[in-house]
Amino acid sequence: MIKYCAKRLVVAAATVLLIATITFLLMNAVPGSPFLSERGQSPQVIAKLEAKYGMDKPLIIQLKNYLVSFAQGDMGVSIKMQKNREVSGIIAEKFPVSVRVGVIALIWAVIVGIPLGCLAAYNRGKWIDSLLRIVTTAGVAVPGFVIATVLLVIFGVVLKVLPTTGLDSWKNYIMPCFSLGFYPMCYTAKLTRSSMLDAINQDYIRTARAKGLSTSKIIFKHALRNSLIPVVTYIGPLTAYVITGGFVVETVFSIPGLGKYFVQSIMNKDYPIIMGTTIFLSILLVFMMFVVDIVYKLIDPRIQLGKGGE
Amino acid sequence: MANDKNSVRPGSMQVDVEPMLKMNEPYAPSASDFELASKEEKASVVKINKSTTFWQDAWRRLKKNRVAMVALGVIIVLILFAFIGPKFIPYTYSQQIRGAENLFPMKYSEIELASKAAGEKVFPHFFGTDSLGRDLLVRVMYGTRVSMAIGVVASMIVLIIGALYGSIAGYLGGMADNIMMRIVDIIYSVPDVLVVLLLQVVLNEPLKELFSTSKLPIMKQLSILGPGLISIFITFGLLYWVGMARIIRGQVLTLKQQEYVTAARALGASGSRIIKKHLLPNCIGQLIVTTCLQIPSAIFLESFLSFLGVGVSAPLASLGSLASEGLGGIYTYTFRLIIPAIVLSVMILSLNLFGDGLRDALDPRLKK
Repeated sequence: MIKYCAKRLVVAAATVLLIATITFLLMNAVPGSPFLSERGQSPQVIAKLEAKYGMDKPLIIQLKNYLVSFAQGDMGVSIKMQKNREVSGIIAEKFPVSVRVGVIALIWAVIVGIPLGCLAAYNRGKWIDSLLRIVTTAGVAVPGFVIATVLLVIFGVVLKVLPTTGLDSWKNYIMPCFSLGFYPMCYTAKLTRSSMLDAINQDYIRTARAKGLSTSKIIFKHALRNSLIPVVTYIGPLTAYVITGGFVVETVFSIPGLGKYFVQSIMNKDYPIIMGTTIFLSILLVFMMFVVDIVYKLIDPRIQLGKGGE
Repeated sequence: MANDKNSVRPGSMQVDVEPMLKMNEPYAPSASDFELASKEEKASVVKINKSTTFWQDAWRRLKKNRVAMVALGVIIVLILFAFIGPKFIPYTYSQQIRGAENLFPMKYSEIELASKAAGEKVFPHFFGTDSLGRDLLVRVMYGTRVSMAIGVVASMIVLIIGALYGSIAGYLGGMADNIMMRIVDIIYSVPDVLVVLLLQVVLNEPLKELFSTSKLPIMKQLSILGPGLISIFITFGLLYWVGMARIIRGQVLTLKQQEYVTAARALGASGSRIIKKHLLPNCIGQLIVTTCLQIPSAIFLESFLSFLGVGVSAPLASLGSLASEGLGGIYTYTFRLIIPAIVLSVMILSLNLFGDGLRDALDPRLKK
């Protein structure tokens, strides 16, 4: 177990390092200095600015400096969006908003998705299964921004029952969280259904039925527990989806979170923010994957990890 | 009762047992039973089923799958819509019709109404026009075309890189396989969308410069596509082949134990020949299905990027960028967002369903 954790940790660290390096090199490959766009700056001033930010040193030294200062929590300062503000400060301010929306979305997705999957598996082949299959298949295929904008049009523009922008009251959370959680919900339901069907056909379910247990007890106590394992492994990728989906949803609903800010900084080419946010979110995701792998091992002792490229 | 011819009375629910009772009677051979069989009789007994190839078999299974067939129909309609459709419409995707800005679907501008009153034929704007007076129907057609092309080209890139990498890793095995698959693991755990966004931002400027300075004729061709599209392809080439590589590697690992591979090796075939002639052709099912399912995901990703404003660059339009343009006027001109969004969703959905059907048809063992 410890050996496995260490191995996973090494891969995770390698991934983070790779991403940080790629990000840094890419950002440096962009032609021109970030200070060039400002008018009325003499070459001397630019050279001074570059010296101040350490941009006159060799690339490898710059990379080392960046990684070291990043590890110390210093991600540089914004050069355009909010001039001279610390990127780490911006992330600290914006990220909690995104987390709130994302976590609510994930929670409702799992809470609704798992029972729906059970329902579909239990009523396999009946109309409710077909209906759920249509909904979940469509939900997985429709891009997030379509759901977000359709909701916006229906409830915000036509019916005018929900606010369309900002994040002031609980009502503001309904549409963003729903549209952000719709894809994870559909995916969870699909996954639960198929793993539930696998579980239902196992011998121990037959044994439980032969013992005369009630259906609900069989489903919730025996089948569900074993069919939840694949769902748990999917929480990691779903987190990734919620983060990137947040870019779209926050832009559509004008939520002042990190996603919207990231998209804006891309438009404005504010490189320190892009870099800092990318690395920050990557570390978060790699960490989530790591945790999910460990949890996976913990909840199911049958799984032999470390074999194959799991 | 058996002798009674009218054992089943009209209107009775009793089963007519007469023919069945006859079967119990002893069989009395007649002289004709001992004659030699004629050629026709022999032919009717010997029945050779026409041999079905792998593809005929798969097609037969696919035809039975009603969902997949409907999806295929929708895909064909969309292809016709995207590639033949613009021929029937007198507007082009970048043409700005004067005086026809911001028209609602099926409405005409004043100039057009005037010429209509004068007896001229004016082609209606089925989907309305945008704020620059461009016909939305043509733009949606072109957008569908661009989205499809992106999906297909990106999947081809994934197919080539993934299949080669996976088959080489699987064939070599051992240490080489181990190292190659660790690289795949690391790329797999890279948060793809973040890196894609990053690449989009970063590659834009250098590509623009490359296009404007380079004198190679191929660069001219590429510059029509625009830096946004090219960087989408580059990101697919960098990041998205790992899934394909894993699948093909797994398949090759089992295939290379087969006798025909040993036979080929005994005959002195080189590794590259075995991969090319023996291993990859036997992975054809996986190759097709994975490529087919890659297309909608590529379209999905492109629309996501275009929606955020970093994908396809103007005046070229994809469905994602059309929807993104539509978001600006969502309160008044809702249709501008809804129409491309619906086309996009239908396209992705039907491609997904068709891909699933294809998987079931090509490999029935996978069917749940």
